Amino acid sequence: MDGQANRGLLMEFLGDLLQWFGENWSGETGWLARTGEHLRVSGAALIAAMAVALPLAGWLGHTGRGGLLAVSVINIGRALPSFGIIALALPFTIWLARSTPLIDSGLGFAPTFIALFLLALPPIFTNTYAGIRGVDADVVEAARGMGITERRLVLDVEMPIASPVILTGIRVTAVQVVATATLGALVGYGGYGRFIVDGLAIQDRLQLVAGAILVAVLSILTEIGFSALERFVVPAGISRRRRADVVPPVAV
Amino acid sequence: MIAAPFFRWDWVFDHLGLIWEKVSEHLVLTGIALGVGFVISMALALIGLRFPRTYPPITWLTGVLYTIPSLALFAFLVPITGFTVLSAEIGLVSYTLLILIRNIVAGIQGVDPAVREAALGMGYGSRRLFLEIELPLALPVILAGVRIAAVTTIGLVTITALIGQGGVGFFILQGLNRFFNTEIVLGTALSVILAVAVDLVLVLVERLLTPWTAKRTAAS
Repeated sequence: MDGQANRGLLMEFLGDLLQWFGENWSGETGWLARTGEHLRVSGAALIAAMAVALPLAGWLGHTGRGGLLAVSVINIGRALPSFGIIALALPFTIWLARSTPLIDSGLGFAPTFIALFLLALPPIFTNTYAGIRGVDADVVEAARGMGITERRLVLDVEMPIASPVILTGIRVTAVQVVATATLGALVGYGGYGRFIVDGLAIQDRLQLVAGAILVAVLSILTEIGFSALERFVVPAGISRRRRADVVPPVAV
Repeated sequence: MIAAPFFRWDWVFDHLGLIWEKVSEHLVLTGIALGVGFVISMALALIGLRFPRTYPPITWLTGVLYTIPSLALFAFLVPITGFTVLSAEIGLVSYTLLILIRNIVAGIQGVDPAVREAALGMGYGSRRLFLEIELPLALPVILAGVRIAAVTTIGLVTITALIGQGGVGFFILQGLNRFFNTEIVLGTALSVILAVAVDLVLVLVERLLTPWTAKRTAAS
């Protein structure tokens, strides 16, 4: 094959791609609106999962109960295929829409949200649990000696000390949620997955690659954004001392 | 109206041949990804260990690959390599790299320096030191990485159904397209069962290869 011709084709494709971004940004099916949809379902699922997993893991970690649960949760979470969960959420939400007044439609947002919520629970739970369990027992003892209540002990001592590990869990989960939200297009939702799923279906390379670029950029921005957030949220004394100890979540 | 049963066992029994075919396809896709991923990871880990300055860029690059959503990566590949096994494998392999490299490096760095010192004192060359001392001692950590990579890959294989591959993911996709719950449940359940089964097999492999850790494993 001729290298020159190849490069010509590539440049042409990149030109077409730029043109695609220029022409398809507005309106209900433009990439701007799709960004909004993608962020909406990802954000809602992440916040809901945090609202459930943080208090539960905080309390279980504090009391030391549920160690087996914590180990099982991470193993199960890893074995669950996200594609299967999102597909399974669909019959559930269709049933929910049909037999209860809770939601209008079993398609689109509802199954995507439920699947993302379920997939976000295990990593947030495990990291929070591990973080709280990892707090130095002497520190806890000292705080108790000063007459702190158990509630304040969790909120003012254990949570801040564990915050690097907890926030790592939230960051990893956020990236995973943004990535998986792409699959929402398979159950009738919008978001960036629309471009990829439609692009695959009608063999539209331009739309396919544009969608892939959008998702990849959003994932990387999520990673960067949450890393920056960690710097702000983690108390200065702890971040200086603990940053080096934060265990990367995937290793062992 | 009588509701259709949620899960139809008769459908499953009528399609045992197809199920077997998809399960084997799933295992083959996973096996290739792990095998190729392991070879590449070992090479990159060795480079990272030998030349420490190269390690941060290696983890950065594999980290970026790991962050790119699988569906997006497959979407990038389809215009280049088409709806093929190759597209699926490039994606699957790239997700194993970060996990495997980190664990190989951590495992080898975790070898007690005194042990290394003793081996050198006994006249071990760097090649024998690596193959006969460092690698066996690092094996538990390396295999822990292989287990995580295997379980993750088995889940990811289902997504390759969208680019015409996919093992048991085929059932999930077809179930979605036909609004047929049995296939969705079947595909998801098979994927979970495969993940658990492969994980158990790897635990056994770990026991066989590193009998000296048996006591510790049992305790944990």
